[in-house]
Amino acid sequence: MCTMITEQAGITGSGKGTPGWISVDRVNVSYDHPAHMTIEHTLNIDFVDQSGSLGDRVAVELTRESARRLVDLIGAALERGAEVDGPEPVAAD
Amino acid sequence: MYTTDMYEGMIAETITVRGHGGDVINAYLARPLGPGPHPGMVLAHHMPGWDEWYRETARKFAHHGYATISPDLYHRTGHGTPDDVAARVRSEGGADDEVVVGDLAASMDYLRSLPSSSGKVGAFGTCSGGRHVLLAASRVTGFDAVVDCWGGRVVMSDAELTPKTPVAPIDYTADLSCPVLGLFGEEDSAPSPEQVALHEEALKRHGKEYEFHMYPDAGHGFFYYDRAVYCQEQAVDGWQKIFVFLAKHLG
Repeated sequence: MCTMITEQAGITGSGKGTPGWISVDRVNVSYDHPAHMTIEHTLNIDFVDQSGSLGDRVAVELTRESARRLVDLIGAALERGAEVDGPEPVAAD
Repeated sequence: MYTTDMYEGMIAETITVRGHGGDVINAYLARPLGPGPHPGMVLAHHMPGWDEWYRETARKFAHHGYATISPDLYHRTGHGTPDDVAARVRSEGGADDEVVVGDLAASMDYLRSLPSSSGKVGAFGTCSGGRHVLLAASRVTGFDAVVDCWGGRVVMSDAELTPKTPVAPIDYTADLSCPVLGLFGEEDSAPSPEQVALHEEALKRHGKEYEFHMYPDAGHGFFYYDRAVYCQEQAVDGWQKIFVFLAKHLG
């Protein structure tokens, strides 16, 4: 645990891994050692089903540049979605 | 020193030991066959978990004559692939220092209880495991030598302290009970060369026996042959230094 930089939030959604779709109710975001990428630190996102087994997660490891791009893309897509469906409710789930 | 005319045999298997609080945890034991006496080594695995590299490393120490135990420090979180278990541990804020120290101390006691034990026991760890063996050798007595390979967060800011990691290992330096070998890479950021220098300064100030080596052109985890960070020359030299150090202090 060499950086232990971790952020978390409850979420509502689904994710797809090798066995198929699972419900996910938590996201863990860390900047730490990756399991698969070959650089020292990556931005790691785990979408987790807390009631499932330890393997019930959808995980990605991104370079910092890729993670920033993802943040921008999420923001842009949400903006365009708001044009279709209106602003989302203020209360977070 | 291994020579081709030597008999060699070992047994390596998963066992259970009573760790911190009497909890039954899994451990990987690799020990040379024969009556001994064999010195022992306790391995504290790294942040990516209780994985294949640590099993291989346990067998490497056994090949060099050490009865070696590697406890699953993430046992209480559950079981799955090492990366799934490690991801859960990270989401929970990492392992609890007190529990890890308890598991490592119990593993040390287990090795000493073996009829083939020489009575000498050391500890080795990489990454978070380097930090953990330093902590163990500072919080309990009984270790005869520790090898800290690029242990991060030995030096911690107040903001980094948590209920699970309430004290920076450097602040326990006065209580360190055995000699330390430290291997680090100049290009590492956790620990950075500046943090290693602070640690060395503390060891000097408290009159501790230590040997630090800072390798140029090496970053974090330069022993890991399965990662891009592997540095052949530095890793070979590092392993040599480890076995010379252990021969000196464990016999």
